[in-house]
Amino acid sequence: MAQDLFVATRKGLFVVDGEGPALPRAIGFLGDPVSAFLQDPRDGCFYAALNLGHFGVKLHRSEDGGARWTELPAPAFPVGMAANGESEKAPSVSLIWTLAAGGDEQPGRLWAGTIPGALFRSDDRGETWHLVESLWNQPSRPEWFGGGYDDPGIHSICVDPRDGDRLIVGISCGGVWRSEDSGGSWVLGGKGLAATYMPPDRVDDPTIQDPHRLAVCPTAPETVWCQHHCGIFRSDDGGLHFVQITDVPPSAFGFAVAAHPQDPRTAWFVPAVKDECRVPVDGRLVVTRTRDGGASFESLAQGLPQEGAYDLVYRHALDIDAEGRALAMGSTTGGLWVSGDGGESWRLLSAHLPPIAQVSFADRS
Amino acid sequence: MPHVTFTANLQRHLDAPSLEVGGTSVGEVLEAVFAQKPRLRSYIVDDQGRLRRHVNLFVNSRMIADRTGLGDAVRPDDEVFVFQALSGG
Repeated sequence: MAQDLFVATRKGLFVVDGEGPALPRAIGFLGDPVSAFLQDPRDGCFYAALNLGHFGVKLHRSEDGGARWTELPAPAFPVGMAANGESEKAPSVSLIWTLAAGGDEQPGRLWAGTIPGALFRSDDRGETWHLVESLWNQPSRPEWFGGGYDDPGIHSICVDPRDGDRLIVGISCGGVWRSEDSGGSWVLGGKGLAATYMPPDRVDDPTIQDPHRLAVCPTAPETVWCQHHCGIFRSDDGGLHFVQITDVPPSAFGFAVAAHPQDPRTAWFVPAVKDECRVPVDGRLVVTRTRDGGASFESLAQGLPQEGAYDLVYRHALDIDAEGRALAMGSTTGGLWVSGDGGESWRLLSAHLPPIAQVSFADRS
Repeated sequence: MPHVTFTANLQRHLDAPSLEVGGTSVGEVLEAVFAQKPRLRSYIVDDQGRLRRHVNLFVNSRMIADRTGLGDAVRPDDEVFVFQALSGG
């Protein structure tokens, strides 16, 4: 594993040195919940989002590989913003769920997805943030609802590597949205997704879908993989339309998905039994992989616990490196594994970390 | 002037010394605090200026009643305590 691996947990940010002893060590915020981590590929800076619980969401940046961190203003709703209807409080950010870097041609641009379900944009490396009102003011937003949290949230922001103005956003539970103009306007995608938790005539309603996580193949960004609350889906038109992938043993339920960086037909998932029983099937932790666009799946278990395992891998806790060989995953019970061969075999790095929110390959050089 | 003291747990995150500031309500006192220590604002109140859900604020020995409007009265010789609520995990 040549790259360093960053692990955002309920109690701090950890790093596994790519070339050193493979033991995770705390690199910052020990004791504090780290909800999101980003390395900006354009300048190498790190960003860490915290959810301090008592003291709110915070955002920090490091320009020296994580040795020193500087607090930045966190994304926040404008003061005086009114509630949308009697059932809603005037909004305040309760979680930074994901961070994303803008396009190569947009230096300084960052995106943040939050709970409640809002998208924020910065054009100055996080020094100031602005609510993307065009999405917040969508007429369908009152229909959105929380999935696992009290409020809806944005967990996936896919920036098209060919054109940074093109975005695909995933909202639990508010569907899949696409913008061609850096968030100026939006099109609701997600046709073909199916929400069996809804009344029959709303199962295919795109506005209330729960895409647990979206992953785009960077070299073929029209291919969008979706681990949905109700199964696995693939889009070949940038998230507008999806087809459901069926026959995915041992289960199509899960949260995380990783897309191969070069091959749009290859993706990885980490299954659990079902929505009301979020543990590995039969206590055996496996990773499923398709290499033919979802026509077939392999269940990869070498090196993973095959009895008595109750690890759940959450949305952002599965990552793949830029070459498509190294994978890492972390569980909500603190297990951390890496693979150097595309998931064929896995190695346990720690079984004793705090609950893991995100794993991310990054370079400290 | 009212005397404001912050939980020691805030010191892990930023400088939060005790302060003497003006003001006749909790809201006015906090605004005076934030004028001196701008970074403290987002730790104490949320985006809309409401007291954070897991922050407790006392005037002398009495927990404030108005967590949204911060209208509880403060007298010049009052002690204002900013504490964190207890939580698990």
